[in-house]
Amino acid sequence: MDFAFKEEQLQLADALKRWIARDYGFEARREIVRSPAGTSEQAWATMAELGLTALPVPEEQGGFAGDAVDMFVVMQELGRGLVVEPYFATVLGAEFLRLGGAHGALLERVAAGQLKLACALGERQSRHDMRDIATRAERDGEGWRLGGEKKVVLHGAQAGMLVVSARCAGEQRGEDGIALFVVPADAEGVRVTEYRMLDGQRAADVHLDGVRVGTAAAIGQPGAGWPLLEAALDYGAGLLCAEAVGAMDALFAATLEYLKTRQQFGVPIGKFQALQHRMADMYIHLEQARSMALLAAVRLRGGEAAARRQAVSAAKYRVGQAARFVGQQAVQLHGGMGVTDELPAAHYFKRLSTIELTLGDADHHLARFMAQPGFTGLAAEAA
Amino acid sequence: MDLNYTSEDLAFRDQVRAFLEAELPSDLQHKVLNHLRLGKDDYVRWHKILARQGWVAPGWPKEYGGPGWTPAQRHIFDEECARAGTPQIMPFGVNMVAPVIMAFGSQAQKDHYLPRILSCEDWWCQGYSEPGAGSDLASLKTTAVRGRDDEGDHYIVNGQKTWTTLAQHADMIFCLVRTDPGVRKQEGISFLLIDMHSPGITVRPIIMLDEDHEVNEVFFDNVRVPAANLVGQENRGWTYAKYLLGHERTGIAAVGRSKRELARLKRLAGRERKDGRPLIEDPLFGARVAELEIELMALETTVLRVLAQADKAPGPEASVLKVRGTEIQQRLTELMAEAAGPMALPFDEAYLEGEREHSVFDDDFAAPLLSHYLNYRKTSIYGGSNEIQRNIISQMILGL
Repeated sequence: MDFAFKEEQLQLADALKRWIARDYGFEARREIVRSPAGTSEQAWATMAELGLTALPVPEEQGGFAGDAVDMFVVMQELGRGLVVEPYFATVLGAEFLRLGGAHGALLERVAAGQLKLACALGERQSRHDMRDIATRAERDGEGWRLGGEKKVVLHGAQAGMLVVSARCAGEQRGEDGIALFVVPADAEGVRVTEYRMLDGQRAADVHLDGVRVGTAAAIGQPGAGWPLLEAALDYGAGLLCAEAVGAMDALFAATLEYLKTRQQFGVPIGKFQALQHRMADMYIHLEQARSMALLAAVRLRGGEAAARRQAVSAAKYRVGQAARFVGQQAVQLHGGMGVTDELPAAHYFKRLSTIELTLGDADHHLARFMAQPGFTGLAAEAA
Repeated sequence: MDLNYTSEDLAFRDQVRAFLEAELPSDLQHKVLNHLRLGKDDYVRWHKILARQGWVAPGWPKEYGGPGWTPAQRHIFDEECARAGTPQIMPFGVNMVAPVIMAFGSQAQKDHYLPRILSCEDWWCQGYSEPGAGSDLASLKTTAVRGRDDEGDHYIVNGQKTWTTLAQHADMIFCLVRTDPGVRKQEGISFLLIDMHSPGITVRPIIMLDEDHEVNEVFFDNVRVPAANLVGQENRGWTYAKYLLGHERTGIAAVGRSKRELARLKRLAGRERKDGRPLIEDPLFGARVAELEIELMALETTVLRVLAQADKAPGPEASVLKVRGTEIQQRLTELMAEAAGPMALPFDEAYLEGEREHSVFDDDFAAPLLSHYLNYRKTSIYGGSNEIQRNIISQMILGL
């Protein structure tokens, strides 16, 4: 049993820390967030140089075949740095392509930093249930024709290609009949409406109006897409847990520093027991969340589906609880300064609040955890 | 990052499992698994079985009779004991006074007491808390005055200890006593080993809210203690007591036991019916069980993370484990009583004491659960209350 990160993982984390400190500080980030593009091509180029885009891509496509634990290290640093580049969206898209196994050329471009991806999955009615797909995929000669509307697609306007979930058969919320495609963002009939989110990241609604794609656009077998979609969603949720842990780490450190320097009643406010105990509770939340995020990364790497589902949902739930507590209390302990836009604390809080509403909130994952056979297994034995 | 046990660890686990299957008496196991009360004989019997195997003191160095296990092996042993439902090894001798004697005691003390702790010849209890010294332990008032007469150097001890667990069974008590009232309160305390059979000692039971006799008050009225029973130096007792606190390890989280109890909760909630369906399928109750299970999964991983840094001295991380571990234990007892519902209400003390085989109220599973719930409120109070643990976290880890 070993909880240490490998030397290469630590080196990558250090390199990321140095880059963020140099090029992606609070003010630099604010400028990127407020720029028309909302992301930085220069930052993306550096991320590619650092090997981040190649990391999750298989070696056959010029990548480093990094696993979920390698990605934990990266996402944790991006969380600490509040990086708003379209990395998560791209990496999640790449996971779809990797699992599908048929789009090596695209993955090569992802690895080289030449192609950004986004995942158009959620719809107005679906909330956190990604099986709930109204977007249709109709047979069209040799290919397919896609129609529907996807909501809050993370970095949907920055992507060159979109991973789209659609339904070619089955009930609207059924697991059967799901089809996945990779679609050029500039294909005819694709319309992308971009907007900002409060955490500073960009998202978009994607309208698909009779978009024609060839059979080669299919990821996996159309109609049997659920296991692949579910595995990719778990991968994404695991990455978000790691990002949240990094963000909480930084937010906690900033709050601790504030408690040691802010003076009231002639002493640093950290001398007050009410605040000390709050910090102790935040610390416990943070460590428990870190444990679950690590466990999820290890189970994702392991690849066994039942263990993966259980650990990822447990982690997303637990990290969500911690993010709420640590985030809200950090703002509270910063007092009036905590509710301004001027300190990093508020920006971490906004990012954590966004993560909680992305790829399944705490309730969604608690319900999913309860639905796993392992949860009621013992009870069934007794009955 | 590798969360799997090595093949050596797994082989060790199988060895422990086989031993427990062969050697754990079924009547003891029955009592533990069913939350019945254990008597002195029960504890001593299991202690002696483990002692024969050389496994009664996993944390001791080999030279004193420890098995020489790695931290991972010790964790596995704890887990397997919890899983099987063994009685607890009382910590007062093996885990509390013994490490202090090893570190600070005289050769004569080591030679005399350590073998007797291993063999359970002496039952030890802990004389720390006093009516006026709980969380503020250093303000303790029990005095020990040094003197000399024809029979030699000695201390005369006067005062009162309280919350003394199972003192009614004890042969020995290790006490913090005040030997110098004229200095800062932490600097006038000494660590004394006192024979519980000495004249002048009175033990008075304190009956707890589950009506069990688990703790006591211990009164000292001019009790004569040989000076040779002083551990280390006079007035250094506070340092030794703190050393002992630092000796608390990951076992404090009681993860193995909580895993066993979670499985029991699920069996109970699978058996009980609500609206014609198993209670575990009720979304409200099921969600509470699920939240608890996730917290326990997280705590188990946190314990393993602490364990993985075992080359470092055990530190204030133990406070995190104590807080969350006891909160989880308490929540388990709460949900079990809730799952049993009204069937947890009848109080059948004779059944809890093992005086009859089955509860007269017709539900052996449910009968102990409310007592158990009430009893476990102690866990967030003893061993340094959870508020004191939060002080430790904020001061020792966070530097506030």
